[in-house]
Amino acid sequence: MVDTMLEAMVQRKSETESTAEQKKIKLDISDLTVSYGKEAAISDVNFKIYENEIFGIIGPANAGKTSFLKALNLMNTFDANMKVEGKILFNGRDIHQLKNVYALRSRIGVVFPLPVGLPMTVYENVALSPRLRGIKDKASLDEIVQRCLQRSALWDEVKDRLDSLGSLLSGGQQQRLTIARALSQEPELLILDEFSIAVDPVTTMRIEEVLKELKNEMTIILVTNLVQQARRLADRTAFFLEGECIETGDTEALFNGQVENSKTTDYIEGRFG
Amino acid sequence: MSVESMSVEAMPVENKLTESLFAESQLNVKNKKIQSLYRVLFLMMTLLLILPVLIILGTLIVKGGSMISIDFLFTDPINGMTEGGIFPALLGTVWLVSLALLISVPLGIAAAIYLSEYASENWFTRAINLAIINLAGVPSIVHALFGVGAFVMFFGFGTSIMAASLTLAIMTLPVVIVSTREALQAVPHAFREACWNMGATRWQTIRRVVLPNAVSGILTGVILEVSRTTGETAPIMFTGAAFFLPFLPQSVFDQTMALSLHLFVVSTQVPNVPESLPYAVALVLIGMVLLMNSVSIAFRMYLRGKKKW
Repeated sequence: MVDTMLEAMVQRKSETESTAEQKKIKLDISDLTVSYGKEAAISDVNFKIYENEIFGIIGPANAGKTSFLKALNLMNTFDANMKVEGKILFNGRDIHQLKNVYALRSRIGVVFPLPVGLPMTVYENVALSPRLRGIKDKASLDEIVQRCLQRSALWDEVKDRLDSLGSLLSGGQQQRLTIARALSQEPELLILDEFSIAVDPVTTMRIEEVLKELKNEMTIILVTNLVQQARRLADRTAFFLEGECIETGDTEALFNGQVENSKTTDYIEGRFG
Repeated sequence: MSVESMSVEAMPVENKLTESLFAESQLNVKNKKIQSLYRVLFLMMTLLLILPVLIILGTLIVKGGSMISIDFLFTDPINGMTEGGIFPALLGTVWLVSLALLISVPLGIAAAIYLSEYASENWFTRAINLAIINLAGVPSIVHALFGVGAFVMFFGFGTSIMAASLTLAIMTLPVVIVSTREALQAVPHAFREACWNMGATRWQTIRRVVLPNAVSGILTGVILEVSRTTGETAPIMFTGAAFFLPFLPQSVFDQTMALSLHLFVVSTQVPNVPESLPYAVALVLIGMVLLMNSVSIAFRMYLRGKKKW
């Protein structure tokens, strides 16, 4: 009797282990080309991003990193000049065929390089997305605001001034506010585009700790021009150069020189870019 | 020893540089003189601008101020408009201006939101923008004739408050559109993108982020337009404003008196008017405009205080 229970437990454990090994694919990108007018920002990009990993994207300026992010979020519907070709499978479904782009965007949280504190109070900044989803009940909003601010490591600093303007916070605080705002969307995918540009090193470290925890609940894409930040955080990393994805691979392997293209090592070691 | 003497020798060069910062050179003095000269010059020009305003207000107050009273504001003109008050004209102006704004403001704001937030940059949008600029450049007397043709005759409103207000509305529309569009575009684009990225539609973004932050600019434009509309004479002359009416308008399809036209009439068309009457009418007219301008400024300051970025 006890034996069979034990056996069942062992079996269940091995099941979870095996599912952890064959990770679920969150994003499957194939032949993705993004162009503005006649100029291609990225061309023929192919890779997969797994669930619950931090996927780093490194590369010099003008490599097409931000264009890639914009394509994920279907920002081309707001920019007539921007053209996206190729396939992006989100949870196995092609995002160019979905009917409700707004719902997709709300499942994807984005944090920009420079913090964009919307011109409203701290509370309203975080409550905006839930409100857009139709949540009106004050108690649930309060709960969401507190939870998101706590998870972005900002709660202790702003809990007494939730009604002051978000734009009056310091740069680092504003960036954590935008992270809280992104979290309030309850995203499956969190995109951070060079989030630490306007943030001091201490805050950067705090946010990095937060990201490591968030990884358990969502998939994170981390675009960064600090290669060491990618090394600290990313499970796998892609190297973009001049609109092409040169290679993707296990972060440690890339940093240890196991690369297909020597340019990757050159960039990582600071020989150009 | 030798090291010390070297550093002592090097000192004077550095000192010279430092000293030059604290001394006044010839060039320096000249630049300073020119700079204060320009300052005074520009100040004088600014004062020159204020001068006409002070002269106009001063003359009006001195020559017409004594006539202003509650009675003057709230009674009818009598004895062939040479005596009595200006109540029908005052009320008529309020009617005309408020109806005109009721028409032009919603239309103008809607058009501006479309142009600023929805329209893509193509020949169609460019044509609309060109039309708006041209509309703003049409002289008011041409608007008046258009109003006669369109509203008085074609739509059959007759000479009425309705026809006059519609004419005024069309005249103010381009300014409302342009000022609203400017106010909308002053809201940083990053706010919109942040909102779109959260899954908000264009309209949700406009309602929650863009409009609340543009409202002070929009209102300032509108209120300034109110004061301009108040003073317009030509567009209402043929479309709805009457020379003299012994009764108050009963509906928007009646004619009305108006302050601006009344001023024209008592200063040029009616014999034996006491000298102070036109000045008093002008003072009331300009008082209304100034009042509305100060409301606009106060409101702007209030909203600026709440400005959020």
